[in-house]
Parts: sequence; C-alpha cells; structure tokens
Amino acid sequence: MKKIAALLLAFIMTASLFSGCKKVDTSSTTAATDSNTIKIGVFEPLTGANAAGGEAEVEGIKIANKLYPEVLGKKVEIVVADNKSDKAQATTAVARLIEKDKVSAIIGSWGSGYSMAAGELVKKNKVPAVGASCTNPLVTKGNDYYFRVCYLDPFQGTIMANYAFKSGAKKAAIVQEVSNDYAVGLATYFKEAFIKLTGDPNSVVTTVNYNTNDQEFGAQLSTVKAANPDVVFAPGNFTESALVMKQARQLGITAPFLGGDTWDIDEFTSVGGKDVEGATISTFFDDAAPVTAEGKKFVKAYKEAYPNKNMAAVTALGYDAYLVIIKAIEAGNSSEPTAIRDALAKTKGVEGATGMLTFTADGDADKNSAIIKEVKNGKFTYKDTVTIAK
Amino acid sequence: MKNKKKRNVICTAVLSVIVVALIYYANNYLDAYIVRILNLCAIYTIIGLSMNLINGFTGLFSLGQAGFMAIGAYTVAIFTLPIDMRSTIYYMEPMNGAIANIHLEFVPALLLGGIFAGIAAFLIGAPVLRLRGDYLAIATLGFSEIIRILLTNWQSVTNGALGINKIPDNANNMWWSFGISIIVLILISLLIRSSYGRAFKAIREDDIAAEAMGISLFKHKVMSFVIGGFFAGIGGGLYASLLGTVDPKQFYFTLTYNFLLIIVLGGMGSISGTVIASFIVTGGLELLRGFDEPLTIAGYEISLFRPGFSMVIFSVLLMVIVLFYRKGLMGRTELSWDRLFNFFAKIKSRFSPKTAREGGAK
Amino acid sequence: MTLELFLQNLANAIAVGSLYALIAVGYTMVYGILRLINFAHGDIFMMAAYFTFFGIADFHLPWYFACIFVIVLTAGLGMLIERVAYRPLRDAPKDSILVSAIGVSFLLENLANYLFTGKPKAFPDFLGLMSTISLGSVTIQKVALVVPVVLIICMAILLFVINKTKLGMAMRAVSKDYEIARVMGININLVIAATFGIGSSLAAVGVILWGMKYPQVSPLMGVMPGLKCFVAAVIGGIGNIKGAVLGGFILGLIEVMLVAFLQPLTGYRDAFAFILLILVLLVKPTGLIGEKTTEKV
Repeated sequence: MKKIAALLLAFIMTASLFSGCKKVDTSSTTAATDSNTIKIGVFEPLTGANAAGGEAEVEGIKIANKLYPEVLGKKVEIVVADNKSDKAQATTAVARLIEKDKVSAIIGSWGSGYSMAAGELVKKNKVPAVGASCTNPLVTKGNDYYFRVCYLDPFQGTIMANYAFKSGAKKAAIVQEVSNDYAVGLATYFKEAFIKLTGDPNSVVTTVNYNTNDQEFGAQLSTVKAANPDVVFAPGNFTESALVMKQARQLGITAPFLGGDTWDIDEFTSVGGKDVEGATISTFFDDAAPVTAEGKKFVKAYKEAYPNKNMAAVTALGYDAYLVIIKAIEAGNSSEPTAIRDALAKTKGVEGATGMLTFTADGDADKNSAIIKEVKNGKFTYKDTVTIAK
Repeated sequence: MKNKKKRNVICTAVLSVIVVALIYYANNYLDAYIVRILNLCAIYTIIGLSMNLINGFTGLFSLGQAGFMAIGAYTVAIFTLPIDMRSTIYYMEPMNGAIANIHLEFVPALLLGGIFAGIAAFLIGAPVLRLRGDYLAIATLGFSEIIRILLTNWQSVTNGALGINKIPDNANNMWWSFGISIIVLILISLLIRSSYGRAFKAIREDDIAAEAMGISLFKHKVMSFVIGGFFAGIGGGLYASLLGTVDPKQFYFTLTYNFLLIIVLGGMGSISGTVIASFIVTGGLELLRGFDEPLTIAGYEISLFRPGFSMVIFSVLLMVIVLFYRKGLMGRTELSWDRLFNFFAKIKSRFSPKTAREGGAK
Repeated sequence: MTLELFLQNLANAIAVGSLYALIAVGYTMVYGILRLINFAHGDIFMMAAYFTFFGIADFHLPWYFACIFVIVLTAGLGMLIERVAYRPLRDAPKDSILVSAIGVSFLLENLANYLFTGKPKAFPDFLGLMSTISLGSVTIQKVALVVPVVLIICMAILLFVINKTKLGMAMRAVSKDYEIARVMGININLVIAATFGIGSSLAAVGVILWGMKYPQVSPLMGVMPGLKCFVAAVIGGIGNIKGAVLGGFILGLIEVMLVAFLQPLTGYRDAFAFILLILVLLVKPTGLIGEKTTEKV
C-alpha cells in the first residue's frame, strides 16, 4: 500500500512540474503579467560556504529597494533566489527567476563562479544581469548581457602592488588560496605589477599555497617567516585568511598583511581578533566617508536598518547594482529586458554609493581608483585612495 | 504465457510512443526552467543507475561516483571547448600543448569521458575492491577526493581552481539527456539479466559462497565497478554540458550523497526504483525551494522558513527512509507489465459481485 | 631548511598530531565495538564547537562550567544519535547502518547551517590559551603545550576504564564477539551507549582544544577533520586505542612535514592523507598495531 502511495506521490510531483503550478512562494505574485510591478531577480548564496557575502549584498539591495520602491510609476519587487553556494543550483536559480518569475533584470552573484555559471542563461534569454561584487574578468567578457558595478581582479591585484610599493616595500611574499580562482587571479596580477614597479624580478621572495577549507598554515608561514618579506600579500576568502593572519602573528611574522575585498566583512575581524590589526585591503566603499551624496543617503538608511552592524563593502555594491538598473529603466523608459540592457550599456556618470558609475564596452564599471582600508581597533577604517593612471 | 508476452511487447511499444511524444512536447512547449530540471533529473538517473549497479546489484559499497563524474565532466569540458576560446579561459596558465589543439564533437568527447572514467575505475578498483564493506567505502571516497584534488592542481590541463566555463551547450535538450538515459537504462537492464548480472547478484548475497561456486570475484567486481564508472563518466559529461561550467569544487564527495539518497530511496537493487527516485529527489529539491523563502501569513513572518530549511527537510526525509523504509520504494523488485496488470486484476476482483458475495477477496 | 625552521615545524606537527589523536580515539572506540564507521563523528565534533561558542559567548558561563556543559551535552548528543539512528538498524545488513551514518552526518550539517547560518563564528578564547610563548626561536601557542598533556590524561583515564572496570571489561567483550557477549547477559545497549558517550566526550574535549588553535566555527568544519581522523585511526589500527594515537601523530607529522619540505605539493596535502590510507588498507589493513581478524563464513 505504501508503495502505491509513494508511486502516486511521485507521479503527482512530476505532473505538477509539468503543469508549472506554483508552490508555496510568497515573494512573487502569481500574475507574471501584472503590469503594475516590475520584478528584479536576485540570485545570491544565502546558504552554504558563501552565505555571509550573499547576505551582505542582499542587505544593500533591500535598502535600495526601500529608498527607490518605484520607477516609471510601477512598483519594483525583489525576487530572491538562493544559489546555495553551488553552481548547479545557481543555474537553476537563474532559470527559475527568468522563466517562472519573469524578472526584467537580475542582480548577482557574490562569487564570480556562480555569475559565470549563469552567464550563458542570461545571454540566451536576453535578460540583463548586473553583478555587484563578482570581480573575475570572465564574467562580462564576451557577454553583452552581463554588467558589473565593481572593478576587476587584475585591477585589484595591481592596486595592491602599487600600494605596497608606495609604502616602501621592496620584498613581498605571496600566500595564495590555490583552489580559489579569485585568490589566484589577484596574486598573479599583484606579482606582475610588483615586479614591474620594483624592477627586480626577485622582489616576490616566495609564494606559498593553501587550499580552501584548510585550517593549518604553520608550514607555509614558517617558510614565509624565513624569507623575511617587507609585506605579505595573502588574497583569499576571509574564512581562511583570518586564520592565516592569526597563525602568522603567532609565529612571529610582523610584516603587514595585504588582502582583497573579501576581507571587508564583520566575520573577518570577529574571528581574527587582535591578530588582524593592521590588515590592509583594497575595497569598494568606505561607510565613514562616502564619496557621493548618494553614498551618504545609503549609509544613513543602513544605519537605521542595522544600527549595530558593521557594513560590508559588498552591501554598497548591492545597492549600486539595484540603482543602476532603476536608472537604466528610467533612461530607456521601458521595463522590457532588452531595452534595459541597451540602457545599461549606455550608463554614464550615474551617481552611486561607491562613486560615479560608467560602464565600459565590456560592461565593467570604469573605475581607476580603489579605497584602501586598514583594520584599526577591530574595525576597517579608511586609510588611503590609490589611483592608477589609465 | 504467449499471450502475456505479446501483451507486454504491445504495452512497451505503446509506452515508447507515448514517451517520445512527451519528450517532443516537453522539449518544444514547456518553459526552459522545467526543461532544465527534467534534464537534470535524466542526468541524475544515469549516475544513480551507475551507482546502483555497483552498490545495489553487486553489493560493493562505493562512494566514489563523484570522482568518475568529474573525469567525464572535465573530458567533455576540455575537448568540446572551442579552440579560439581556450586562451581566454586558460588565462592563468596556458593550456597544455599536447591537448590545446584537439577539439572533439560532443558525442566522441562524451564517450571519451566515459572511457577515461572507466579506466580510472579499473585502476582504482583492481587494488581496492577486495576490501570489506566499510573500508571500501572510505577507500573509494578517498579516491574521489584524490581525483578532485588532482583536477584542482593540474593547472595546465584543467585550469585548476578556475574551472572551465563557456562549455558549448549540447545537452540542454531533452532528446540528448533522456535519449542517453534511456539507452543507459536499457543497457544496464540487459546487463543485469545476463549471466554477468546473476553473478553480480550472487556476489552481493554472499561473496564467499559465490567464489566457492566458481564465480571469479575479481573479474566480476572489477567489471561492475568499471561499467558503473563508465556510465558515471557519461553522466558527468552531460552534466558539464548542461551547466556550461565545471570546477573542482562541484565534485566534492558530498555530491555522491545525492546519488546515495536516490538509490536508497528507490531501493538498492531496483532499476525502476532508481529512475523514479531520481525524479522525486531532483524535482523535490526544487519544489522544496519554497520553504527557503519567508512565509508571511496575515502579515506575520514565520521565521521558521528561512534559507537552509529545505535541506533540513531533505535530510530528515533521508533519515526517515533509512530508518523506516529501508528497502526504499521498490526494494529489489522492478516495475513490470505483469505486476501492473496483476495489480489491476486484484483491484478488479475485489469489486466483482461474485467475490463480494463470498465475503471479499483475499 | 634550517634547524630553526625544522624545530618550528616539528612543534607544530606535534600539536596537530595530538589533536588528530584525540579525535581519532573517539572514532576507533565506536568502530571497535560496533564495527561501524561513524561518519557523523566529525559533525558531532562540529556541534560541540557550536555548544562551546554558545556556552561562552552567549551564555557567558565561566570556563570550567562551560567545558563540563559542552562535554555533557555532546555525550548526550552522541548517545541520542546512537539510540535513534543506529540502534534500530543493528540487525539490519551492514550497509544500512553506514547509510544511516551518512544520513546523520548530512542532517547535522544542514541543521547547523539552518540554525546557526553558514557564517563562521569566532571560537572563544579562555585561559588565554590562544596566546603564544617563545622557546628560543620557536614560537608555540600555549594550547599546543596543553594538548599533549590532556591527551595523556585522557588516555590514562580511558585505559583505566577499559582495563580495570567492569564496564571496560564488558566493552572489550562486546568488541571481541558481539553475539556471545549478548548471550552471556551483557547489557549490550548500555555498553554501546556508554561507548558513544565516551567517544563523543573525547570529541568534545578535542574540539575545545582544536578551537583554540583554529578558532573558526562553521557548519562544515568537522568534515575534513572527521575524515582525516578516521584515516589516522585506520593507519594505527582501527579498533585499537593506542593505534589511534599513533596514527594521529603519524598523520599530523606527515602533513606538516610534507608542506614544509615540499612546498609546491601543498595543494596535494589532503590527497596524501587518502593515499596513505589506501596504501595502509592494501598493504596492512589491520593497521600498524592492529590485530588480524579472520572472517568467519
């Protein structure tokens, strides 16, 4: 009897898939043809290894939605889909947003890998996507429908090399998360730029590797200590990097540590504690001194919504991604996906929280400077702005 | 008897026509999201079947399918990637000269993927298959991880952690995924019904007795393992083509847990069970997505529903099945026309007036 | 490589090895009695880490109280899992219980992900064990000195219980021959529950020390340690407590030294643990100091 019941259940479930009927799903209305709302899809990792980053971006998007709830006289609705920090799930999440929820544009994702997984889908279905913090060059290359409001990995690596050189470092060591394309990308560009700046092919004294989810870095750091660098560039996800710095300090390495934008999040400082004092990163946004009026507006709204939290930089990027889409809808006077795409491509001088936004031919934000922050007293505080002449 | 056979053949023929018609309809008229899910179901069926062959039919507790999938996936990814794309994707370190200019069409690449996976299975299986149940599980799991780590580090061939994307989309098409899965289904069914299949089952029941009866344990265990690996490789190749992107992190050994769930749910030892279960699990995961979104009833948000809830429900379901419905849906039996007709006959007889007068059928 | 560097790495290896040893003992105990690879051991370890985090960071319990709280809670969790997920399957074919273990592991990970979110939390520091001291040119964390001591104490207590108490005798009997022990009137349920309780407590002690060396608590933190400690237990001889300790040290040593001496192979470090496992399984499946058992037909 239970076999029959199970078979029946299986049949019903499969049949329901075919009929496309909706399940318990509250954040999107059933009428996709509701002409009074414009839907913007959001796919982010909300569970799994990268949940922190995804959540931070969604915070920014939600605040932007609160401040700009309408465009062209219609309400803007956010539809969030969790990609579970998994590529296969990323493709189904985006497919669902496009097909089921019939969104006009998409924002996402934290983690270039997931954005790249979704790339072909958005291109094929002609729905524009704006990435907030995915920095891998391949996300937008060759894809007319993908844009991003942040700068690229090659740029970040070069910026950090410039900063290191500017601060007087002659020898650098690299500690890279070899199974993370973001880290490897940053490290490679840092090395290139640093060698060029110092003119010394041996200025990168040693490069050591570690894997994602590693917790033990003693051996690698001992090698770094022995090489005695002026500065250590250690791009990687904040989860491992906090531990790397802790163990480095415990070993007695006093050289300053440089990293990338992934460290700009609460969890880095809370896990790292006092061992991450002085960690310096390149990032997108400084909530203490926003460069635009829009930025000030954003910071105020954030502090109202989350009075006790430290803002992650990607939150500001989420905000900007939303904003740039809204402005494109206004500029193109249409909520049709292809029209939005064309308007996005023409984005010039849009005031966002992280600065003035203009898209290059590839769809990347045209930025030539980055904000440098340093951990002081357990918080990331503004240190410097590094500009690279184009 | 002859009538039954004729009836079965006719039924199968009719069913085939219906299936073909459904696939045609689905491919052209259903929205792409559902098609994608169905394709994923088909691919998971292939891999589930490959795992069931090894675990369910031969009784070898192997947790290595993710590794074989990875080999198949990467083979397809590397060889179907258009040559002009290669330098852009392999931007860290250029592609290994030996393979940089080899480009294969989808089908040869798929078969090659299966063959490589099969070879890997042979190399792994030969030494390891004589281990007992739980040791074999850990050894195969270890190999799956070793394969993954190799893929992560072999930068010039696999692009390392960067993964490969922009893989040409050949498989997001129900003809391919369902077509291949039906072929795999038929092949495995034939295998099981052959003398080899009987040998596998004998090994599953009691391998010492089987050996005493003259069945070569080594030959048959390795055969089962290699064939399972081959099909997992094919499934992996389809998977890569469907997703359009691969990277080593996708093939963490926890991926194998998905397939374990499928074969346990379906019944370890039932082909039809695996097929049904893979549709339930893959479709179910999507349906359960609704639980990840906040539920607001009359303006009150129920915080029970937040991201992660669907996976909790999923794991609880797995535990329930393992504890209470150990045999899964089908146990070791198969769905067949005979059973179906017997079932209907039984129901009919319950309602027939004669037996009702006699106090019900038993 | 300089002597200095070598000593530093050696100190590190001993610390890592002791941690692995502590957790491997828990694994091996369960295997010895039940012949079950408890895949969920790594996740019990992870839950203990969360208990510690909440005990100290949220409830602000003083450290001695928190430690007891965590150990008791984890032992309880272990016994609960045994009661619910393993006992009903004791008479089922071997594979079912393995699948159940995998299922429990999966459930714990997803539960932790759902309840505590995937964002990593900072493991609390108590007794200042996270700070370091220098012995000559070698810098070690204070906790690295404590771990071997705790390990020795735990081993002493454990060996005492196993060799000198009635419960221990019952455990040894059950691990020698399950059926006969049952026939002889030994309360199997009690023995097994006690085994799980002790094994989980060891995991809790292990994580309290582990967390101070690697202070990051996340739902998947137990996966790799769990696998590696299983490898350690197998290398030493599964079912054998001294073997687990030996295996833990060997694994820790090899891992650290591999990365120290062969830098370019760092990416393959985890692979080496598995390669070692497979080699041991093929060459000497009973491990370095395990006993040979024949399979009765």
